[in-house]
Formats: sequence, C-alpha cells, structure tokens
Amino acid sequence: MHILVVEDDPTVRSFVAKGLKEAGHLVEMTDNGKDGLFMAVSEKFDLIILDRMLPGGIDGVRLLETIRAQNNTTPVLLLSALADVDDRVQGLKAGGDDYVTKPFAFSELLARVEALGRRGRTETAPQTKLEVADLEIDLLSRTVRRAGQKIDLQPREFRLLEYLARHAGQVVTRTMLLEGVWDYHFDPQTNVIDVHVSRLRQKVDKPFGAPLIHTIRNAGYMLRAE
Amino acid sequence: MAPARVAMTTPAFSTPATPRRSRWRAWRSASLRFSLAYGTMFALSSILFMSFMWWGTIGFLERQVETAINADARGLAERWVMGGLPTLALTIEDRLEQNLDDDAIYLVMDPQGNYLTGNVSAWPARVEHTDRWYNLPDTRAGLRGMAQLHAYNLPGTAQTHTEGQLDSGYRLLVGRDVRARGILRHLLTDSLLWAWVMVTLLAISGAVLVHRIFRRMVKTVARTTSAIAHGDLSRRMPLVGNGDEMDQVAEAINEMLDRIVRLMDGVRQVSNAIAHDLRTPIARARTQLEDAALHASTPDELRGAIDRAVGDLDNVTAVFEALLRIAQIEAGARRSAFMTFDLVPVLRDVADLYEAVAEEHGIALALDLPARLFFYGDRSLVQQAVANMLDNAIKFSPPGGTVYLRAQLRESAPGRLAGPTGEGMLDLSVSDEGIGMSEADMARATERFFRAEKARHTPGSGLGLSMVRAIVQLHGGQMHLSSHAPGLTVSLALPVAASALAEADEDMPASTHISGMTQTSPLPHQHDTNSSVE
Repeated sequence: MHILVVEDDPTVRSFVAKGLKEAGHLVEMTDNGKDGLFMAVSEKFDLIILDRMLPGGIDGVRLLETIRAQNNTTPVLLLSALADVDDRVQGLKAGGDDYVTKPFAFSELLARVEALGRRGRTETAPQTKLEVADLEIDLLSRTVRRAGQKIDLQPREFRLLEYLARHAGQVVTRTMLLEGVWDYHFDPQTNVIDVHVSRLRQKVDKPFGAPLIHTIRNAGYMLRAE
Repeated sequence: MAPARVAMTTPAFSTPATPRRSRWRAWRSASLRFSLAYGTMFALSSILFMSFMWWGTIGFLERQVETAINADARGLAERWVMGGLPTLALTIEDRLEQNLDDDAIYLVMDPQGNYLTGNVSAWPARVEHTDRWYNLPDTRAGLRGMAQLHAYNLPGTAQTHTEGQLDSGYRLLVGRDVRARGILRHLLTDSLLWAWVMVTLLAISGAVLVHRIFRRMVKTVARTTSAIAHGDLSRRMPLVGNGDEMDQVAEAINEMLDRIVRLMDGVRQVSNAIAHDLRTPIARARTQLEDAALHASTPDELRGAIDRAVGDLDNVTAVFEALLRIAQIEAGARRSAFMTFDLVPVLRDVADLYEAVAEEHGIALALDLPARLFFYGDRSLVQQAVANMLDNAIKFSPPGGTVYLRAQLRESAPGRLAGPTGEGMLDLSVSDEGIGMSEADMARATERFFRAEKARHTPGSGLGLSMVRAIVQLHGGQMHLSSHAPGLTVSLALPVAASALAEADEDMPASTHISGMTQTSPLPHQHDTNSSVE
C-alpha cells in the first residue's frame, strides 16, 4: 500500500514508517499539516495516517475536513494522544475511518492499517459468502460449514468468526474484536476476548485437525489457511 | 458572586484609614444603598400618604361649607323673587333662629348701602366681587374668628349687570364662621406632622436595622469565604435553621464547598496514588531495561527484557487511562451522551461477554432481569460499570460458585408508585460467592488503587470500583457494598428519570409492575400486547 504518514514527533514518525516499510508498504512522511495537505491532495494514497495535533497552522482534523470536502475518500487513520470519547467522536465525525490513541502498540496500528486498506478495496461489492480454506460462512442463512460439515454457532460466535473471516489473512487485535464484535470502547481488564476465541476454536478448529484461527504473539489473532 | 464582592468592601466602613476613600467605599456599600433606599422610600411614601389625607380632609370641609353657603343663597334668592324684601327678612330671621351652631352670617343691603336685615352690621369693604370666596377675620360674641363669605346680587333690581361684579341693585352676603374648621386644620396639620416625624424616625431605625442585618449576613459570608480563600476549607456557613433565603444561600454555598472538598480530595488521592502506584511499574520497567542494557548477553535475553518493560509501560498507560476516565466522569462532563435506552439487552450483552470467562473459571453466571427496563443515562458507561462489577465478581469467585446479576425497578418511595412526575429507582446488583470483604475494607473499597489485603495477588489496578462509583454518581445514584455470606454484593441504586419511565409505560401498558402509570393511557395499545407477555 502507498501510505502517507503525517506526524510531527520524529521518534513516532520514523518508528511507524520503519514498521510499515518492514510490512511491505510504500511510505511517505511529513511533519506538518501544510505539507501533509499538499501531499494528500496532489498524490494518490491508499491510506493516510494522521496525527491530530500538528504544527504549521493546519491540525489533523482540519486537514481531514479539507480533503473530505474535496471528495477525497482515501481512508484516514487518526493517531492522537487525545483519548477522550469526545475527541474520538470528533475525529470520526470529521471523516476519520479509525482512531488509535497514543501510546499504541505497533501491532495494533499495523492491524488497523491492513484492515482499513482492505476496506478501501472491497467496499463496493457486498458479500454473501465468505470462504477461507475449507471453511464456508453463508452470511444470508447465517450458517457455517467446514469440510462440508455444518458447525452450530451461537450468534455472538458467528459474528466473531465473521469478523475474523472478513479480515482473513490479516492480524486482528483484541481491541478490534471488542469494538467490531461487541461494540465496546473500553478495555476490559481480563482476557475476555481470548476466552471467546478459544471457545470458537473448540468448534471450528478442534474437530478438524488443521487450525485456521492462529494466535499472533503480542498482537492478536488471524484467520488463514495454514 | 456579587454579594461576596460587596462583602469585601464593607470592612472599609470601620477602618478610618483613608477618609475620602472609605466614604467613597461606603457609598459603594450595597447594604447602605439598600437601607437608604428603604428609608427614603418609606419617608417619601408617608409624606405622600399624609399630604393626601390632609388635602382630602381640609378640602372636603371647605367644599362642604361652600355647598352650604351656595344652597343657602339660592334659597334666599328664591324667597326674594317670591315675596320681596319682607319675605327675605323673615326667612333670614328664621334661619338665624334655627342656626344652633351660631355660625351663619347674613346681610342684605339696599342699593344705597343701607343695612336692611342680617346679623352683620356693615358690608365688609373688601367684598366687591360675586365670583369668589372671601375669608375675613370677624369678631363674634367677643371671640375673634374667621368667616368664609360670598356676595350675591339679588335678581331684578338693577339695570346694569357685569358678570362677577356687584351691581347697583340689592345685594346679599351669605357666610359661615369657620373658626372650628381652622382649629381642625391646625389640629390635623399638627398631628400629621408629628405622625410623619414618627414615621420618619421609624424609617430611619428600620433602615439602620436593615443595614445592620444585611451587613451581618454579608459579613458572615465574606468571613467564611475569605477564610476558605486563604485555604481553610473546613469552614462552613452557619445556618440559622429556619430555612429562609439566607439559609438557602448558606446551604447552597456549603454544598458547593462540600463538592469542592470532595473534588480536591479526589485530586489529592489521585496524585498520592500516582506517586505510589505508578512509580512501581515505571521503576520495574526502568530496572529491567537498565539491567538488560548492562547484563544481557544474548539478543533473546535483551528482547525478553524489553518486552517485559513494554508490558509494564502498557500497564502504566492503562492505569493512566482509567484515572483520566474516572476524573472525566467525576467532573460530570459526559452527561451529553445521556439518552433513554432499554437496559436489559445491554446487561445481557455484558453478561454474554463475561459468561465465557466465568465458564472457563468453572463459575456459573445467573441472570435475574425483567423483560424490559428503560433507563436514562450513558449506555457505554453503564456497560462499563457492569463489566467492572462482573469482572471483579468472577475474579474473586471460587470454582463452582455462582455470580448473580440482578436488575429490577423499584418504587421510588414506599406507598408511592413511580408516576410520570416522580422517579423510579433501578436496583442493579452483582453478587459473588468469593472471599468477600471485611467491613473496614468495604468502606475503603472505592478509593482509587485500594486493594484489599486478600486481593493483592490477583491481577488488576484497584480502579474498577472507583470507576463504578464515579459512573453511578454521574447518574445520580448510589453504590453500596454488603456481605453476601459468603462473598460480596455490589448494589447500585440508580434513579430512573420520569421520561424513561414514560417510555416504558408506552411500551408495555399492560404490565402490572408499573400499573400506577396506566391511568395516563387507560386503553392498552393493541400492538403492545405481544411485548408485554414476553
């Protein structure tokens, strides 16, 4: 992906850029809102990672509103030390697609970057069926089959699996699951997500030998064929 | 705080330090202005009132005399027309005889100025017009007095006639002795003047009293607030106890002070807690990093140490976030997100999230929820509060135990149904069968970072219940800890706004639970029958 990083803190900027490059992305960087705006409107990016508080007169939200006003639909991930619910809502209202608060784990940022990048590509086609290896998820009848065998899932388990399948081949963090499946925006102190994923594994993976749900250390989970 | 500002200026009254300045300041004193206005108002209104009384009384008497004289003269003129001088003379004699007060004055003169009849010997020289009243001194029976007189032309006796002038014909003088009226006027004037002096004295003393009361009240406020401004936060406004406006102001100020103290305590607690509890993980991370930098011999060792340090720092961040969130909730800034929603699916969702965790620990999660429960508040905060409570309960329950989540609507007061105007109470409780808590620990359980001795070894930051309490307080409710024998019950009592109750009413009019409100909609809606038998 071609990614623009607008971030004024040099440490964070180079850290993010380095990590994204290692993950195989093409990264361009700038440290102020003015240049960021210029680059965002003059080049085509697949994703913009945008700090909220920027020097140079144009802050992140302003930049975002400006490019959205020009019908630029490039996915934007806001990166900010402003962690209030209100700040988050303000950022998303301005046209942001996701919001990550500082400090952050790079794995979390990368997982969300990948998820946003894919969303940009597949947004237009509504899917009725998801397939990963021999796992089939029918979104209309809400049934799951693996190797032709039907698996009974609770509604919540179905949504968990659906979320993983929609992001198949990508890392999905616990926070993403909590937000995407449960719509919770706080951090539960215990490993609730791990428990739910392990329950899902009992039904989806255990009877079939080859596991599809993989744990990614220090990051989260991934649904993929071996 | 206008009174407080005024209050600050009042002490200048008593200090003669700079006379010009203090006089100027005295004029700026609200109490003085107020009492002066009061006194002036009082004195002016009494002047107005008494003048009115004076004019009314004296004027009435004057008018009465004038009417009597006019009527007299009209009668005499008729007599004159009817029977000429003899009849007139007779009538006048009659009237003088019947005049018991002895205050009537009559005189009839011929064109030559000779006396014809009457009880006055000569025509007063000053009486020359017939269109005005004369007040002339007279002497009757040796007493000096005052007479009110009016002259009339007797009709048909003169050739020339000028309006308002005595003509060359017969003339008549009618009058009344008004000595009594003069005395009365004197008396009235005197007594009204005295009354006014008294009233003014009363007004002045009233003004002084008002001034002093006002100043005392403001001084009390000023003294207390300035003591507080200088750091003595334990001071409170004294209450008289009669519930008057001053007491209400004092109570409001006291309430405000209580809140300030609570907030400051909170801040102090947090800063203490940060000093103690955040230092530990930071110190650990630092030690690990330093140790690794100095002693790690393999890249794996180094990486492991760094990972652990990052984990510690993540904990620090989590604690910070929780603290900030609590502070934000306690500041009450999140009320904008309040709305009415059905609590039951929200509770079921949270329970669903934690049910798996409970099961993994071999703990059963039992729910006792009504079919519907409308609540006005912040959905995500309520979710979080319940999540924290369940998290705690599951953490401290032994395997094989049961965690109960209960919710029900309660009448707001005994014997009074929660009507559209009142509020209901939502009872929400989570009980576990775990290690429980001692009485002393219960009292401290909601302090930030507090962890009971028995709970030291379990993971957690010690902020869970603080956050629950903050959320409950934001919703105007109360949190209560009690023993569940064995275990602990955390119960929340949350007021349910009338609007939310009304919504519940609309949604299930057939429910007996809140039947007290069905009188607003006596006919059950057809489409609702399904939902009410859920």
